[in-house]
Amino acid sequence: MESLSHIFAAGTPLRREALRDVNFRVETGERVGIAGHTGSGKSTLVQLLAGLLKPTAGQVLLDGVPAHGHNTTARDRRRRMGMGFQYPEDQIFEGTVFREVAFGPRNAGLKGKELQARVTWALGMVGLDADTVMERVPYTLSGGETRRVALASTIALQPEVLILDEPTAGLDPRGRDELLTQIGDWHTRTDLTLIVVSHDLTVLARTVDRVIVLRGGRVSASGPVRHVLSGTATLRESGLDPLPSVLLLEQVRAGGASVRIDRFLPEEAAAEIARALEAGTRSHVTRRESA
Amino acid sequence: MSLLLPGVHVPVDSPVHRLDPRLKMVVALVLMALPFAAPGVMSSLLLVAAIVAIARLSAAPLRALLGTLRTVFWLGLFMFFFYFFTTPGQPLLAWRGVAVTWEGTVRGAVQIYRLCLLVIISSLLTFTTSPGQLAQGLEASLRPLSRVGVPIRELALVLTIALRFVPTLVDQVDKITKAQRARGADFHSWKPWQRVKAWVPIFVPIFVAAFRRADDLATAMEARGFRGARRRTHLRELSLTREDLVAAIVVVITVLVVLTVDRSPNLGARPHLGPAALTAAQPTQHRALEDDSCY
Repeated sequence: MESLSHIFAAGTPLRREALRDVNFRVETGERVGIAGHTGSGKSTLVQLLAGLLKPTAGQVLLDGVPAHGHNTTARDRRRRMGMGFQYPEDQIFEGTVFREVAFGPRNAGLKGKELQARVTWALGMVGLDADTVMERVPYTLSGGETRRVALASTIALQPEVLILDEPTAGLDPRGRDELLTQIGDWHTRTDLTLIVVSHDLTVLARTVDRVIVLRGGRVSASGPVRHVLSGTATLRESGLDPLPSVLLLEQVRAGGASVRIDRFLPEEAAAEIARALEAGTRSHVTRRESA
Repeated sequence: MSLLLPGVHVPVDSPVHRLDPRLKMVVALVLMALPFAAPGVMSSLLLVAAIVAIARLSAAPLRALLGTLRTVFWLGLFMFFFYFFTTPGQPLLAWRGVAVTWEGTVRGAVQIYRLCLLVIISSLLTFTTSPGQLAQGLEASLRPLSRVGVPIRELALVLTIALRFVPTLVDQVDKITKAQRARGADFHSWKPWQRVKAWVPIFVPIFVAAFRRADDLATAMEARGFRGARRRTHLRELSLTREDLVAAIVVVITVLVVLTVDRSPNLGARPHLGPAALTAAQPTQHRALEDDSCY
């Protein structure tokens, strides 16, 4: 398929007007993050995107076709979009991991060997060993494992657009990093379009190219991830905590060193500060020598 | 929540909200009984007027209140047609042995009217009374039963907890439905069996979550020193105020008027014009109406 583009234009005054005049467009293969404080409309927005809510006004289009509705075309559209809910482990209902993960693909018409392969693949995607977990009862798994199984059941649909609502909520830092790495890997291997929702900017910093910040149902900032996450003032206004590394870099800059604030990934920030320190020491040394 | 259901509490402040829950429960029961006790036209109009007045006073959103009737739409329709087709009497229309009678139409309409009032009154009660108050009111009203060994306090506690978790469950169902829909579940299939099967992926997680939640709740209660419902005091003790008294007097007067208005000679019923005619002119039929009203 060529020049697949997703045009999203949603504006929905729910009774409490969760969103107002939100317009944006996501291109195929793009990774977009949606950030915002509690109650800013993030979850409403993604449910609209996934076609699970009908916008009161405006439209969500996938390749020019509306995403919501009960007819077959709408359901096919929905199948192309995978939605991972907050705390997805709540949706588990089957007796074994295999049947749980197979639910989606089976609904899409997969059978036999193909189904088996798909489930194995999806479990592998989330870093679970298919052979050991396949026949286990989901409720006996650990919290992190259950989360992975639930995510696998979304991924198993092989959606073209994957929407994840707070995928790392309630995971320990290591589980979080593993999950994000795996999602990133999948993205690089395919032309998956990824939409990640989080109030935790550290999650977005690693996973997306572009960030849309919501505040009270409106877009308060939007742009490349490096640009948006460096704008501490706007983020604070939107009720978000800027990245610790950005704050640190700001401090360093305020101390007189020249550092780039948008080098905020931990290893980048470390390199940046090291560079500044080196430069600083050197100037210090030169000053001493001249004295 | 996009839909207001019967049983949902709307926490605003209004004269009706402030009334004693015990009083409100008694009044609701009396009002529910009235359409059965006084089925005349005038009394019905008065009763409806009184309920509308209460609704206005309670600041309940009227459209939402009427919206609660949707829940009994099919039941009402079924009841109407049941009476519509089965009541013997003057035929209005006859077609292949199925006769539709005037009496049937009237009785069907009366049943619907009663059903609607029941729903509206109970909705008004829950609109204006928080689940906690309801449980407390119920506990207070049923306290005499504890003398004969009925565990009233425990029952009230169970009721409070059950009511408390209704909205939580509604939200949960909503979320799970969406999640399964996103995984390609089809809740709108034309095949009935498919539709039934589609609910399995919803109910299993709901039950699992409910059990887990019950466990958590029990732990949380024990952690805060809960040891059975015995000898617990309430944060807000119920006491009747002047407003309660005024409201009670108003209600009693209204009820008396409603009960007597159709019996007074100058407001007497005109023959063959509706339920009033039936009751006033034919006391036997009236009794029949009463009897089968416990649908």
